[in-house]
Amino acid sequence: MPEKIATREAYGRALVELGAENRDVVVLDADLAKSTKTIEFKKRFPERFFDFGVAEQNMMGTAAGLAAAGKVPFCSTFAVFASGRAFDQIRQSIAYTRLNVKICATHAGITVGEDGSSHQSVEDIALMRALPDMTVFVPADAVETVCAVRAAVAISGPVYIRLGRAPVPVLHGEDFVFHPGKAVLIKQGSDAAIIGTGIMVAPALDAAEILGQEGIKVRVLDVHTIKPLDVDAVVQAAQETGAVVTAEEHSIIGGLGSAVAEVLGENHPVPLKRVGIRDTFGESGKPAELLEKYGLTAQHLASAVKQVLNRKK
Amino acid sequence: MRELLLRLEAKAKEIRRYIVLMTAAAGSGHPGGSLSAADIVTALYFGVMRIDPKRPDDPNRDRFVLSKGHAAPLLYAALAERGFFPQRELMTLRKLGSRLQGHPDMRKLPGVEMSTGSLGQGLSAANGMALAGRLDGRDYRVYVLLGDGEIQEGQVWEAAMAATHYKLDSVTAFLDYNGLQIDGPVEEVMSLGRVADKWRAFGWHVIEIDGHDFVAILDAVREAKETKGKPTMVIARTIKGKGVSFMEHQVDWHGKAPKAEQASQALVELRRNFS
Repeated sequence: MPEKIATREAYGRALVELGAENRDVVVLDADLAKSTKTIEFKKRFPERFFDFGVAEQNMMGTAAGLAAAGKVPFCSTFAVFASGRAFDQIRQSIAYTRLNVKICATHAGITVGEDGSSHQSVEDIALMRALPDMTVFVPADAVETVCAVRAAVAISGPVYIRLGRAPVPVLHGEDFVFHPGKAVLIKQGSDAAIIGTGIMVAPALDAAEILGQEGIKVRVLDVHTIKPLDVDAVVQAAQETGAVVTAEEHSIIGGLGSAVAEVLGENHPVPLKRVGIRDTFGESGKPAELLEKYGLTAQHLASAVKQVLNRKK
Repeated sequence: MRELLLRLEAKAKEIRRYIVLMTAAAGSGHPGGSLSAADIVTALYFGVMRIDPKRPDDPNRDRFVLSKGHAAPLLYAALAERGFFPQRELMTLRKLGSRLQGHPDMRKLPGVEMSTGSLGQGLSAANGMALAGRLDGRDYRVYVLLGDGEIQEGQVWEAAMAATHYKLDSVTAFLDYNGLQIDGPVEEVMSLGRVADKWRAFGWHVIEIDGHDFVAILDAVREAKETKGKPTMVIARTIKGKGVSFMEHQVDWHGKAPKAEQASQALVELRRNFS
């Protein structure tokens, strides 16, 4: 069993490293520093940490002002509040202005768990992806998270990073190289492809393993950058396997599944099944229970692959 | 001082003329709230702020955020008069391909410190600029202009709380209190109640002035600079459409451009008044 680390934990550690390297990095939070893990930065660099209390709109707007004056602000809160409550501030003051603000939203998706649907963001990718000039990263594990945070600093402009609450397996080694906008071919295969993002990459690998035992060779593509999407890798996967399943802990409307459907529809239509939250809100429960109930397990992905394989014939 | 006041009066008149000309040429725009705040913005750009049009990115410059972004014609006229871009460009307001967007775009036009238009966001941005200035040990000041209808937005009060919490004494806000918003008198649409008391309760130093009195505006700025440990709100009583008789106190002129004949009459009046 690989080690499990929540992507928010990796984020907290990465921020501290960045803070030591770059004096212009400042961190903003909205009364959730202990949960988003920005508290680690606060402990090390209290003079560069700003809590805005329960006021996400003002936090985003203030970040815009800090960026306009040369700072590199990282804003954190839960994904549902970052993308929903403060959407207009992100649109008007951060995206439209192309200001150098990094929005690192934690507790994305239904694996928030017991807090229930009010706290479970299933539409944040859709919202952020629709904004011009916004880069959207959805790391699959702790290693990708650290890379995404560093890549965000290297990008001059707004970046949204979607992070999770629950511990997830570490998929990549120390030697992993992260190229923004480039999907990772994490497992080769020619019968079908699972294109996954975030915490669904690990179950995608498990599904490929399960199907491999039946002689079905499944390619797994890890899409850590939703925007700009790696169109070439997606089209190539469709061309070379002829059947695609997408996997995301997000609504199938507007997220990775939609993005892949758009690309394949325009370039290379093949049988496609979008695995994700099927146009519904979540509910309270343990993360594993919710993933099972909402159809986001390796077994669900394996049966989705069989569906597209049937349609391929 | 006498010389400065004469210069400000002349500039304000010129800026008001441009507001009329620009909105007339555009066929749309917001003359009422541009004219009401014209004296405040003129005082800031020609009597207060440390800015150099040749160095619009100077990190030590004072900043002005037009939170009520619909008063873009006013900001554009002030920037052009101050030398940030040629005056002739003012007539491209709201036209396809122009740098002078319907609401200010910081990525298009030099001198625009923040893109605004969706109301309620400018004070937060101003606070961020002030925080950055403090971190960098710079002594620049940040000015922000809010509309009275605009402060109905909740974000304004989030920002008001934060400015006090972080003791942002380099922030000076002006409230263009002309009493009218699109749907009618502010007190009828959504009353602001005891607005000065509200800002005081949020921890701000509050100064109440006549927003068309240059001496009062300059005194308020000085008082704000001398006020340590808290931000200052200057509540400026103004007249919507100020300077053009048929626009004054008329809510209809919030977001309507003058026709050619009306523009001519306005220009005649602006030649006569304040001279």
